[in-house]
Formats: sequence, structure tokens, C-alpha cells
Amino acid sequence: MIFVDYFIFPGIVFTMIVAFIVSWIDRKVTALLQWRVGPPLLQPVYDFLKLMKKETLIPKGGSVTVFLLSPVISFSALVLVSLILVKTNLNGMGFVGDLFVVIYLLLLPSFAVIMGGASSANPLASLGASREMKMVLSYELPFIMSVCTILIKTGGLIDIAGIIQYQQNNGVLIGSLSGFLAFFVTLLCFQSKMAQIPFDIPEAEQEIMGGTMIEYSGPPLGFFVASRWILMALLPYLAVILFMGGIGSYIGILKYILLVVVVILIKNTNPRLRINQTLRLFWGPVTLLAALSVVLAMMGL
Amino acid sequence: MSRILTRSIWVYHFAAAPCNNCDIEILDALTPKYDAERFGIKLVGSIRHADCMLLTGVVNSKDLPRLMSIYQQAPKPFFVIAVGTCALDLGIFRGSYNVVGPPDKHIPIDAYVPGCPPKPEALLSAVVKLIEKVRNDTSKPGKKKVKGIKKL
Ligand code: SF4
Repeated sequence: MIFVDYFIFPGIVFTMIVAFIVSWIDRKVTALLQWRVGPPLLQPVYDFLKLMKKETLIPKGGSVTVFLLSPVISFSALVLVSLILVKTNLNGMGFVGDLFVVIYLLLLPSFAVIMGGASSANPLASLGASREMKMVLSYELPFIMSVCTILIKTGGLIDIAGIIQYQQNNGVLIGSLSGFLAFFVTLLCFQSKMAQIPFDIPEAEQEIMGGTMIEYSGPPLGFFVASRWILMALLPYLAVILFMGGIGSYIGILKYILLVVVVILIKNTNPRLRINQTLRLFWGPVTLLAALSVVLAMMGL
Repeated sequence: MSRILTRSIWVYHFAAAPCNNCDIEILDALTPKYDAERFGIKLVGSIRHADCMLLTGVVNSKDLPRLMSIYQQAPKPFFVIAVGTCALDLGIFRGSYNVVGPPDKHIPIDAYVPGCPPKPEALLSAVVKLIEKVRNDTSKPGKKKVKGIKKL
């Protein structure tokens, strides 16, 4: 059973299919916003398969093991997160503290990117890695604070199944004032976790040419690209679970797709921030908002 | 050669020593008007991500080493399209003191696009012809699988 779980249904195959679809939605909506036709539905599949068939090159002077291992770490951590989330949402099969496990696992892709960039022996990749590090520092604090809001609102529930259950009984968290503020903060943090514009600073295509990814080719690049897509599919899902009561019916799927489109719209209508602006934004106003939502939650709003 | 490759072509743009007009036409071909993303064509910033290199201009003595080192870092299977008259037969730069010849003297080239500068339509049709060539290509050493890890 474990093999079916990990490899087929909520595991690798299912996650990849959802990631392909979400990535296609992303490219299609972007294309429509720019008055283009956009790529066909199978385009992400073609891209992924093509990368799997290409040659793997390793930069001279880089560290081979770390260079090849980091995409795998990033990919497998995300598949694990998807396994936990989908299983918990559908069957209520969680364990106490799985919320924290998910938060830790979601940090791994960022670390993998940092490791991969640092082991590439390329100045632009190191620049990207250092930017990614600053990004992690900046968005993690408000994100944890908004998770605190959830914990306070639900009376200390630290398992995802419990949080979903609580929202089914007492109404969704986004309905309350503190919940809405926390949701807003989380959305901003997730936008930067996904490295989407306005926060795609670590791999800014126009300034540092893909940054941390610059030396990757073939299958390792494919795994990194796939992790990006999975992140883009998973983080809105996590937001739906934490603030909107999970996906239980068609309405839930609609909520999820709506959130994905909101992320894409934010991405397409904003310019990229500089790294110092991002740090100031997250440690200033966004952290204040998160603190406000914690205080409001304590007051019971 | 793999059919998948023809459905997802990531191009890398190398300007050897052009007058920069061809480069502007290449960017034109990637604008929403022509919408190359319909065919899976995407501009990437690193040669290691690319499947196809658009090469403009003549090769001069300064950028020959750079061209060679970039071409070596390209993950195979890989194609090169020479864009513009310069890249075909030196064009207006013929006889210049620092020119060391057209690019096909140094690296293999799979398609040529004449014109000074060529229209975006010409570029897209070159890509279509290259795709046809790759799809119909059954002989060639390209059939053999590219495997293994290279350190470059
Ligand atoms: S072919 Fe003509 S337009 Fe193109 S780079 Fe050469 S001189 Fe310029």
C-alpha cells in the first residue's frame, strides 16, 4: 500500500499530473492576459520529458554530489508534502503535529536551491543562492506568525485534519477578521516561496539569467522545474486547507482554482522588487499585519 | 531523434558580431504578435537549458573562443540556426580585419535564414523546416542515445 500511496495516487504520478495542469493554467492565463493564444495543454509534459532526455552537464569545479542531489531533495520533499496534504484532506489520516512537518518540508526546496546554486561554481548562481537565503529569512517570520493565528483561533490544534474539522464545524477561518489578515500575509509569503513575480528575485531571468538554475541541464533541471510547478500547485492548496476548510466538494476545487488564478494575476500585474525592498516589505508592514492578526485572534475576532 | 524535442524548443540567443538588427528581429519573433510559445518555443538565459541556438553576425577573433566554449557547454541533442546574411557569408562585414569567417567554419549549423535582417516570419519558417528535418531524420548518428554525465 505504501508504494501505491507514494508512487501513484497522492504520490508522484498524481502530484505531477496536478502540477502539469497548474503550470499549464499559469502559462495559458499569462498568454491570455497578453492577448496571445498560449501553449497547448500538454506543453508542460513535453517540456518535462524533453529535459529528461537531454544530456547532464556538470560545471567544472563544482561539487558533483551536492549538485546532483539537491534537485532530488527538493522534488522528493514536495512529493511528501503533497502525500500528507492529500491524504489528510481526503481520508482524515493525519498525525498530531503534521502541520509542523509540512512547514519544515516546505523549507527543504529553498535549501535545495541554495545548495544547488552554491555548488554550481558560477558567480550568477552564487548570487542567486545568496538572494534565496535572504528571501527565506524575510518571508519565514510573517508566515509562522500567521500560522500562529490559526493555532490560536482553533484553540491549539496542530494537526491538519483537526484544522479542517474545526473549519467544517465553526465556519472557515478566512471569514473572521484575523483569519483574513493572516490569509493575506500567507498569500504574500507563498508568492515569494514559489519565487513568482514580484518576488522571483533569486532567479530573475533578466538580471542574473535564471540565477541558481544557470548551470543545470537535462534531468536535474527537469526535477528543479518540476519542483517549481509542484510548489505552485501545493501552496495554494495548503492555503485552501488552512484558511478555507480544504477541498471536500466541487466548491472546494473551484476555490482552489480561483486561488491559483489570483496568484497568476498577482504575478502578471506586478514588477519585480529588489531584494532590499523585499526584506523591508516583509519585516516591516507584512510582519506588522501578521502581528495584528495574532493580537486580533487573541481578542477573539 | 526524439519527437518530443520538436515540441518544446528552448532557444538561446548568441550575438557573435552582428549589427544588432537581426537580434531585434529575433526579439520580434518572440513578441505576442507571433506568439512563439504556441509551439513551445521559449527564450532561455543559459546555454545549458537550451535546445537551439540562434546565432547572429559574423565571428570575429575576439568572440571565437567564447563561441566555442558556449557551444561545448550545450547539452546534446542541440541545434544551431544561423540568422541573417552575416552568419551565412559575412554580408557587409566581408573583408573586415578582425573577422575570422562565418560561423559554419567553426561549428556545425543546422539551418540558415537569409535576409538582412530576415523577417520574423522567415525565422519561424526556419524553425518549422528544422522541426521537419529532425522529425524525418531516421538515419544519422543522432539516433543513438545520448547518455552519461559530462563535466564541463
Ligand atoms: S545580416 Fe544584416 S541585419 Fe543581420 S546582423 Fe548582419 S548586417 Fe545586421
